[in-house]
Amino acid sequence: MKGLGSVRPALLRHSMVGLGFGLGAALAVWAIDPYNPFLVYQLSSVCYFAIAAAGLTVLTGLNGQLSLGHGALMGIGAYTTAVVLKGHTDLNPALVMSAATVVTSVASIIVGAAAARLRGPYLAGATLGLAVGLPGVAVRFSNIFGGDAGTSVPALTPPDALSSVAPEVWLAWIGLVPTVVTFVVLANLVRTRYGRDFRAIREDEVAAALYGIRVARTQVVAFVLSGACAGLAGSLLAYTSNLAAPGSFPLTLSLLLLAAIVIGGLGTLPGAVWGALVVVFVPDWIGSVNDAVHLPSAVRDQLPLALFGGVFVVAMLAFPHGIQGGLVRLWRLRASRRKAGTSEPAIGTT
Amino acid sequence: MNYFLVLTLTGLAAGMIYAALALALVLVWRATRVVNFAQGAMAMATTYIALAVFQLTGNYWFGFVAALAAGFVIGAVAERGIVRWVENGPPLNAVILTLGLLLILEAVVPMIWGAQIRSFPAPFSIAAMQVGGVFIPVSPFNIFTIGVVLLVMVALLVLFRFTGLGLSMRAAAFAPEIARLLGVRVGRLLTFGWGLATVAGALAGLLVAPTLLLYPNNMDAILVYGFTAAVLGGLDSPIGALVGGLAMGLALSFIGGYLGPDLETAGALAILIAILMVRPQGLFVHAAERRV
Repeated sequence: MKGLGSVRPALLRHSMVGLGFGLGAALAVWAIDPYNPFLVYQLSSVCYFAIAAAGLTVLTGLNGQLSLGHGALMGIGAYTTAVVLKGHTDLNPALVMSAATVVTSVASIIVGAAAARLRGPYLAGATLGLAVGLPGVAVRFSNIFGGDAGTSVPALTPPDALSSVAPEVWLAWIGLVPTVVTFVVLANLVRTRYGRDFRAIREDEVAAALYGIRVARTQVVAFVLSGACAGLAGSLLAYTSNLAAPGSFPLTLSLLLLAAIVIGGLGTLPGAVWGALVVVFVPDWIGSVNDAVHLPSAVRDQLPLALFGGVFVVAMLAFPHGIQGGLVRLWRLRASRRKAGTSEPAIGTT
Repeated sequence: MNYFLVLTLTGLAAGMIYAALALALVLVWRATRVVNFAQGAMAMATTYIALAVFQLTGNYWFGFVAALAAGFVIGAVAERGIVRWVENGPPLNAVILTLGLLLILEAVVPMIWGAQIRSFPAPFSIAAMQVGGVFIPVSPFNIFTIGVVLLVMVALLVLFRFTGLGLSMRAAAFAPEIARLLGVRVGRLLTFGWGLATVAGALAGLLVAPTLLLYPNNMDAILVYGFTAAVLGGLDSPIGALVGGLAMGLALSFIGGYLGPDLETAGALAILIAILMVRPQGLFVHAAERRV
């Protein structure tokens, strides 16, 4: 660990990288729009997947808690968005997203408090219950949540001054803001005492407790932090799909988030972005490949999920560090070649 | 007939199904310390196999046996081919691996048989019986369900308690290193244990399908119920799985009957969280787990 002196530059660097990435992505969105509004729409999807995956990778990768309920937590964020917007359709998105984040955080405190007493498979099982059970709650109280059909969310429209901007582009721009904010906050947070505590607990709970870390409390903090990200992502999802419906938050969504962080590399924030890109674009890519191959539609529809399932298995058996781990390894390999002689371990194994 | 009694009887019958799935989870947990999140999906796949065999032969029992046999093969192959390689790694990796199996099964099955909801045959009527003009809210199929799950439980009890094979299996699960030194073929027995567990899961799938219908994720909720039942029983005890399953069956029947069927899964979640908060080691296990 580096000393205190490096904290300030890290904050600055993360902010600059985030800002640069955000501006670059915004420009890219603006540049591709005239040709492909669907692509721009997909970039909004990447934004919410990346936010949720970033939260999950902090929880699972750094803190070692596996949640299968983050899809359901996204559902809480989306439904909060829909319910808040029901009465006040022109409410500021920043306000709505904050509300969704806060409500989901409160829900996460309840789950997280239970989670702190749960080890490994117990936590996974409890959050699995959350993923399977929560859509039923939305159906049961249909007067508030709209039942099976869900509740519609009004589309975001650009302000009058920017009326030349297409709605898809405006949505993508709006989506980039919480994405950048989330990543900058998380990138800094994982370098603070909390981030180190997360990792210490993942490595050895007993040792962490002996070292004076309050294990249960820190685990709840990690869960709530990651739940807040899921809520924010859910809010953005509601804006993107203009709908909060029980069918949008199946168990598969939670598993896709897990796929994203496993593919990208557990515990790495850039990995969350890689994973989000893969999860959004691979199904579409399979669809376009299929135009040439003509598989039966039943096979085509299911192929992405089968593929991600296969990735889980292969990644756990052979590549536990994912895309980001591979990139880091390549980078270090190059660096050590350049230095010629100063040997460096390829990557820390956990 | 009294509504409460109706809910109680249907709850007990459903509870036997949850017990069968809980038993599958417990057997896997005992053998390899892995919670197999693909257990429900495996049962779904074997039930599709049963349906295919039934449609081919026209005989329910051929399908029944085919599902159990397929369950054994799927479980054994999953353990030997995949799970074996992460058994000594971090527990998180094993869980993610079984989730991968879940995704693959829930994707491959609709590729073969389509994603539409199908009806599934029952060997006996699923309509309530009338005895001497009196209406009883239990179907012959319910009685079959209770009987066959009890039969499997007793068979397993006999296997584990009174046979050499069962003794070796317990040894392999309890102290693999020592068992190996004493000449027990630990790896083979773990594979056998997974196969056996998946047979129990396949049975649950066959018993669920006539009333709940068959579709690629029809076992998701049953997996949650079975897991809760297994945790209720301590995750380590087959008897605990039976009692936990029955308790879950009753609780969910009352929740569904009085509060609305959509809340059943959320109710299971509430029960699970409550158990884990109050008695995380389950109701039937006395050995203390590591506490921090």
